[in-house]
Parts: sequence; C-alpha cells; structure tokens
Amino acid sequence: MADDLRGKRPLSPFMIGPYYRPQITSMTSIANRIAGTGLGVAAILVVWWFLAAATSADSFATADGVITSFLGDLVMVVSAWALWYHALAGLRHLYWDSGRGLEIETAERLGIVVIVASVAMTILTVLAV
Amino acid sequence: MSYLTDLKRATGHGSAREGTHRHWTMTKSSVALLLLTPLFVFTFGPMLGRPHLEVIVYFSQPFPAIVAALMIMTGFMHFKNGIQVVIEDYVDQPGREWAIILTTVLSYAAAAAGVFAIAKIAL
Repeated sequence: MADDLRGKRPLSPFMIGPYYRPQITSMTSIANRIAGTGLGVAAILVVWWFLAAATSADSFATADGVITSFLGDLVMVVSAWALWYHALAGLRHLYWDSGRGLEIETAERLGIVVIVASVAMTILTVLAV
Repeated sequence: MSYLTDLKRATGHGSAREGTHRHWTMTKSSVALLLLTPLFVFTFGPMLGRPHLEVIVYFSQPFPAIVAALMIMTGFMHFKNGIQVVIEDYVDQPGREWAIILTTVLSYAAAAAGVFAIAKIAL
C-alpha cells in the first residue's frame, strides 16, 4: 500500500555509517551543527557572567570563579574553538551559497582549511586573551 | 484512515512556495555574526577573571557594551533559528514541537537577560 511507510520513515542521520562512509564534507557539516548547539550552552554561561556582574560583587565572584576555574577555562577554550569553527564553517556555507567551491576536491580542501584555521584562531585567542 | 495514494495526495500542490525566508534570515544573521564574533571575543575575552570594578568600568564604555549586546541578541536569534532546523531534522514526534517551543523561549529569555545585564552595567 502507498501508506506503508507513513510514520515509519527513518530519522536523520541514518545514512552515515551503514550506507555512506564518513567523509571530510559530511563530518565537517555535522561538527558544525554540534558546535552551534554547544555554543548555545556557552552563550548561557556568558549571560550568567554578565548578570552576575550587574547584580553584585559577591555574585560576580561566584560566576567569574566558576568560569575561570580549571574546568571553566577548559569549557571556554573548547567554546572558543567551537565559535571559530562555526564562524569559518558558516563562511564556507556563504561561499557555497554564492555557487562557488562546490567541486568535490575544492569542497574537501575547504573542510581541511576550516579545521586548520579554527585551531589556529583558537591558539591566537588563548594567547591574546 | 486515508484511502488516498501518495501520488493523489501530492498532485497539484506544487512546491511548498515558502521557507526561502528562513534561509535568508540565517544568511543575514551569519554575516552580522562574522563581523561581531572577532569584536566580541577580543573585547569580552580579556575581561574574564578581572576584578569586578574593572569589568563594570570597561562595559560602561559604549563600544564594548554595544558589541556585547549585539552579539548576545544576534547570537541567540541565530541559535533559535539554527536549533529549530536541528530539532526538525533529528527529533521525532512526539516532542518535536515542544523542543522547538522550549529552545525558542530559552533563546528570547537569555537574549533579554543578557541585554538587561549589559544595560544595567553600562548605565
């Protein structure tokens, strides 16, 4: 029957693994989504820091203490990488949207560029900040 | 229970004729955030771990305060739209709409709280 698959269709991402081997293009795309989702959590930490600064010296000491603790530093460095990665991968999407860079070799090379540049920007950020 | 075939259900409707604005909205916030991200990282970043009073004085200046407010507003609206696409792709029924409502409410609340905090510091 025509309705056999209604409500029983598979949910994405079911193609990667059993049907498609992981490739630099698909992996950098998924990493972009994971980075973007994670940045939501990082942004809430930033809002908490600003709210604490606006409230009192005591609440600021708590928020700033958590964010600059060893674990907080780790979260912030990973967040900085996620932010640069998401920005660069987004830039790549804008470039693709203009109709350029869609040849397979170019798209794959751009994936490597995004990974290398995001790590470089993260190192620069850690050194400068 | 429907006796219509898939073909009968689809014929004559054409394409969705909507949804392009979602892509365009993301394009606009992406371009804005490409400019805001370096400005925010290199103004907000050095303030982490500084004394409370120094942070207050720094964010009382127009440039860092406006950059931070724009970053939080634009960032959370970009997050709201982006996470909706992620939910639509990966979260099955039931729960898809609830997840979208929850992330939308959270995005507006976080943006409002952030902008309020910066305004209170700056003024």
